[in-house]
Amino acid sequence: MKGSARCPRCGALLYRPSAVQLERITALTLAALFTFLIAQAFPIVELDVNGATSQTTLIGALVALWNEGMELVAIAVFCSTILFPLIELTALLYVLVPVRAGVVPPHFNLVLRAIQFVRPWGMIEVLMLGILVTIVKMTSLAHVIPEAALFAFGALTLMLAVVVLFDPRALWDIADEIGARRCAGLPGERRGAPPAAGPGAQAR
Amino acid sequence: MKYLSAARAGMIGCHACGHVQVCDGSARGAQRAASPGHRQRCGRCAATLHRRQPDSITRTWALLIAAAILYIPANLLPVLHTTSLFGNEDDTIMSGVVYFWVSGDWPLAVIVFVASILVPMLKLSVLALLAWTTQRRSRWRPLERTQLYRIVERIGRWSMLDVFVVTLTVALVRFKSLAVITAGWGALAFACVVVLTMMAALQFDPRLIWDCADERSPHAFPREPKHD
Repeated sequence: MKGSARCPRCGALLYRPSAVQLERITALTLAALFTFLIAQAFPIVELDVNGATSQTTLIGALVALWNEGMELVAIAVFCSTILFPLIELTALLYVLVPVRAGVVPPHFNLVLRAIQFVRPWGMIEVLMLGILVTIVKMTSLAHVIPEAALFAFGALTLMLAVVVLFDPRALWDIADEIGARRCAGLPGERRGAPPAAGPGAQAR
Repeated sequence: MKYLSAARAGMIGCHACGHVQVCDGSARGAQRAASPGHRQRCGRCAATLHRRQPDSITRTWALLIAAAILYIPANLLPVLHTTSLFGNEDDTIMSGVVYFWVSGDWPLAVIVFVASILVPMLKLSVLALLAWTTQRRSRWRPLERTQLYRIVERIGRWSMLDVFVVTLTVALVRFKSLAVITAGWGALAFACVVVLTMMAALQFDPRLIWDCADERSPHAFPREPKHD
């Protein structure tokens, strides 16, 4: 990709320039949050076996698992498909909206680190594949009727794939710029970003 | 020496925000020499700085061994228990794959086989290989080992697939008179294996591979800082 940087020794991606389109990523995060709410609120699929029907939302599935004594599995699934994606989306919005307006919100560092912490554990795309596998598995046993949340999860998977391309580290750089602009505007204040090392102080 | 790493230059990169700064106790930061138990914090985001992931190899081994032990019940115990008009049936992960294969859904059989059997096995063996070679300070194929690590880190999450399938199946198949499917203890063991191997991969610091590959690195494993 043009403008991206790779480690010359091991080839790891060091920097990707897609980061600065704050408008787009904010809009997409907001859309993803609404899609997420729809995906959680509505049933995913309905089964029909000779008139006997059964349907479930994701939360309903977790309750069923919990009631069977599989509390730990239910917690793991809850964290990876509900809690962590929700934290990631709301935390991103909490940071992105003020930064877009040129303000660094309180607890900025903490919130960004929270995003970095939950990111590896959000597994909406894996859940999507799991839903598809379950549907194919069930077609041999029953008539499967897709419901609203199935499509919502599909859309959410695509949106999150783009949101995850955004590296929250870019926000620290942007916050530095905001800080520098503030100080330039108010000459009496302490100048510049935190005391940094001399040459090559910026990672990128 | 072809490449200069931050560690050798007396610099330290923040693992959270990427800010690179002078490392306390290095030649450049000598005026603030590191006392034992001293923790340097990032000047920008205040995260605790580490030259390398602390106790990386030890933690990787601990999580890996726990995962390997749980891997046995994960494969032997049933993940699904079916009670239907035609009797009771227990399904392990492997028998689920076999069921798909026999019933003609071979693309599905391949997906589930890769996600539930191949990926966990690959993760366990690759991480064990990486931890072992790095502990021995091996200089064997560092580039390939780094690439292996990246693959493991990327594909690890996909083995959660079976846990999600179990969750949805259990919730959907509850036709009291016809068939009821419940989860088995294999699902719990399997979920633990996935989480533990993911944690092991996160604890492993791939830079240690290169510290060992580079003989003269002052911060080669073990990672005690040296004043140079």
